[in-house]
Amino acid sequence: MNFNIYDFTDFVNSINVWLNTVFPPAAADIAGFVIIGICFLTFITLLGLSLVYIERKVCAFFQQRLGPMRVGFWGTAQTIADIIKLIFKEPLVSKGSDKFLFNLAAFIVIIAPFMAIAAVPFAKGLHVLDFDIGLFFITAVSSIGVTGILLAGWSSNNKYSLIGAMRSGAQIVSYELSVILSLLTIIILTGSLQLSVIVESQRDGWWIFKGNIPAVIAFFIFIIASTAESNRGPFDMAEAESELTAGFHTEYSGIKFAYFFLAEYINLFIIAAVGATVFFGGWMPLHIGNFEFFNNIMDFIPPIIWFFGKIAAIIFLIMWFKWTFPRLRIDQLLTLEWKYLLPINLVNLLLMALVALSGWHL
Amino acid sequence: MSRSADGIYNFMGLKNYISDIYNGVKSLITGMKVTGHYITHPKEIITQQYPENRDTLKMFERFRGEVVLIHDENNQHKCTGCSACELACPNGSIEIISGKETDPETGKSTKIIDTFVYHLSMCTFCNLCILSCPTDAIKMAQDFEHSVFDRSKLTKVLNKPGSKIMPGVK
Repeated sequence: MNFNIYDFTDFVNSINVWLNTVFPPAAADIAGFVIIGICFLTFITLLGLSLVYIERKVCAFFQQRLGPMRVGFWGTAQTIADIIKLIFKEPLVSKGSDKFLFNLAAFIVIIAPFMAIAAVPFAKGLHVLDFDIGLFFITAVSSIGVTGILLAGWSSNNKYSLIGAMRSGAQIVSYELSVILSLLTIIILTGSLQLSVIVESQRDGWWIFKGNIPAVIAFFIFIIASTAESNRGPFDMAEAESELTAGFHTEYSGIKFAYFFLAEYINLFIIAAVGATVFFGGWMPLHIGNFEFFNNIMDFIPPIIWFFGKIAAIIFLIMWFKWTFPRLRIDQLLTLEWKYLLPINLVNLLLMALVALSGWHL
Repeated sequence: MSRSADGIYNFMGLKNYISDIYNGVKSLITGMKVTGHYITHPKEIITQQYPENRDTLKMFERFRGEVVLIHDENNQHKCTGCSACELACPNGSIEIISGKETDPETGKSTKIIDTFVYHLSMCTFCNLCILSCPTDAIKMAQDFEHSVFDRSKLTKVLNKPGSKIMPGVK
């Protein structure tokens, strides 16, 4: 087994060959699925735990506080304590709620990011689903989550939940448009929706640098719209604590509440991953054209570190938004999307088409 | 771009639209600068790690922890026993039990305090007693660790045993 941190293709193939020698072909496939599933479940759990901790710390430092400090060194075990508490809590089902849909909603909300994360290219060769329509797949499955939110609001039999869910529905449906249009702006340049091709097309520089001004505008629209799509502040009207207690997940408790919480953070990761892949080259190190010396130095840093570094930067930016800006009102939110982001986006798309046709991009 | 009633596009509207975006982005960046300053200056964090920093913790001057009667090194205080603080106290946390002392030279008797009783359990730390004191005999101390296992320990006698009024204070 030859493990190479720069290229996982051989490593993954050798696991595959080993599985085929141990099991018959059909069982080898199933064993492969199981291994991948376990890897993702572990990854998602660790991701959720660490992102919650990071969020609390970042939020605290933005507000001149220290955040969790008591459990473990600098409060590092705080989220583990929280999850233990949530597991031991009673999963209440409120009276008069639609019990089937109520239970189903929590799963639908968590299934969407579980599906989307499969298409994320982590490093060279470390990519589970490399569809031709990878980007389309991610945007499509991550919008399944809104169904779960609407179901949760509807089945809770609670006015706050229903209002929160309806707001969330309006919000996600609106902002989905901007997310996809801003991604399309870059797709004009890559000419492919396949994520591995998109990453490979940035071998001589990331699209945000190569794609001229339209790419920068597209990135800012993407980051605003995807913040809204993931129901994070300043667009967290779905759960607006001051007006709706907790919005669509008011009635959820225990581990089902944890699902909603986890889904939010995995969505955050997926948004950052898509943003990093499309605009910042995914796992591709920072390359400047044919400047070989510089490129070789950058290649020395493993792609997986590049990928997670970029994701960390984007997540930090989104957290910065959340802990700086005041929450928008529902009418302001829809005005921002339909009167500002969407027209700018369409003009930007046109501009990018012009840039691509004239060959002004690098 | 807004359209006026006669159907002509008003390009002043477009100008407003762009300046709206410009001002919006500008104000958002101002906000991000403030929080950006906070996160890059961890030394400005306000949170105190209380039980750990107990030895070095110094409460600020204006913090109202408890009422104390100021005694100097000769065990003398400035309280004349006028009970202005007792009258000022909105919830009866202060009780002054006064006595009389006769000056051996002039034969005049003056009012002095016998016991200055302070019920910490009732005090709301409103500071009115300190403001009402004509001789500035009492002040607010910064000590805040008042928890005890017995309620009666919260009733304190503020004048130390054997203490006397400072000469010249009237």
